[in-house]
Amino acid sequence: MIEALAILIIFCGLFFFLSGSIGLLRLPDLFSRLHALAKADNVGLALVTLGIIMLEPDPFNDIKLVIIWLLVLAASAISSHLVARHALRENRNND
Amino acid sequence: MIELLWSIFDVSLVLLVLALAWASCSTQDMMRAVTLFIALGLILAIIWARLKAPDLALAEAVIGAGISGALLLSAIKDYPSTTTVLSRQSSLVEWVINGMTLGLVIIMTWAVWHGLNMSDGLRLSEQVMSQVPVSGVSNPVTAVLLNFRAYDTLLELAVVLTAVLTVLNLNHKRADVAAASPLLRGMTRWLVPLLVVTAGYLLWVGAHAPGGAFQAGAMLASAMILLQLSNPSSLQGFNLTVLRILLVIGIFIFVLVGIWMMSVNDDFLAFNPAWAGSLILIIEFAATLSIATALTLAYLGGRPTGWEFTNPVHSTKQHNGEPS
Repeated sequence: MIEALAILIIFCGLFFFLSGSIGLLRLPDLFSRLHALAKADNVGLALVTLGIIMLEPDPFNDIKLVIIWLLVLAASAISSHLVARHALRENRNND
Repeated sequence: MIELLWSIFDVSLVLLVLALAWASCSTQDMMRAVTLFIALGLILAIIWARLKAPDLALAEAVIGAGISGALLLSAIKDYPSTTTVLSRQSSLVEWVINGMTLGLVIIMTWAVWHGLNMSDGLRLSEQVMSQVPVSGVSNPVTAVLLNFRAYDTLLELAVVLTAVLTVLNLNHKRADVAAASPLLRGMTRWLVPLLVVTAGYLLWVGAHAPGGAFQAGAMLASAMILLQLSNPSSLQGFNLTVLRILLVIGIFIFVLVGIWMMSVNDDFLAFNPAWAGSLILIIEFAATLSIATALTLAYLGGRPTGWEFTNPVHSTKQHNGEPS
């Protein structure tokens, strides 16, 4: 039962990754692409992490997984911010 | 079913790494080439993990993708924007390089195939595993790197040092970048301590699990690079004497231990099984500091402010040899 639920959650996470990637390819400009990628991937990773935690009996490894998720969350937020900031400045210089 | 899924995953990894390598080599845009190269490093790290070589996966992720990526990205900035498009080699040179690469691929494929199928007899890995108990550590990779072939590792450290000395000779460090985003500073503030702790963990755990001096040193260097990116003033005013000592302490301690062992065991770097564990830890600790210093200096791209060669021969060389 738990396993089936975990797999369902992981697939939900994969769906978010997929939509993020489609957004990256299909959306028109850098800012909307960043918007799609950062948000969708973070939710996707959260769901995948949750699914793996449900399958992983060792609580120590569960804590590690949560830490990995938090680190990726922070890194992706900051790097998206930096890319967007850089692009904004370039735009301003070009105007 | 599960096996089939793993096979699909593995084949996609191989195809992906080939595609990334091809794209990275064939693109004319340098920025794009570097970005693809970093992605290539990450995929390679996953492949190493799939091959059950976590030590290499760690090293590839930290050094191959992380530090090399930072080095290449900062190197791009040194070029004026007009030259970021790669100039194509003349077709003869291109053919020679392609031919040599193809030859290398054939030789390596043959070597792997030969190793897997042709020769019977004692495998190198079996020899290693049988000797691990007397190496002082229980992680076979560390046993090989720091004990069985300690001499090679010493020379690898020398290679790193030589490369960095060349960088230091050629240039002053790059101009610091403009003040970074407060968000990056905020993240750096709690990420750097975390990186330092992780480096210490990797160094310590290398004795019995994947980890070791190179990974730990690269991790420390990435903390320094983050500091430099977010707040350049935090690395300024570092005591240069301490910096010089840190740069060479790895090789110094390594050679010192080697000579000490020579006086005890009549052979350079021949460790006593009883002391090997502690000796390896001491060497790895010093090596971590040196690798971190070397990689950080390489990222800075030259001599830090105030680091001058007082020898007149050096200063004339520097004037004439400065790349235009």
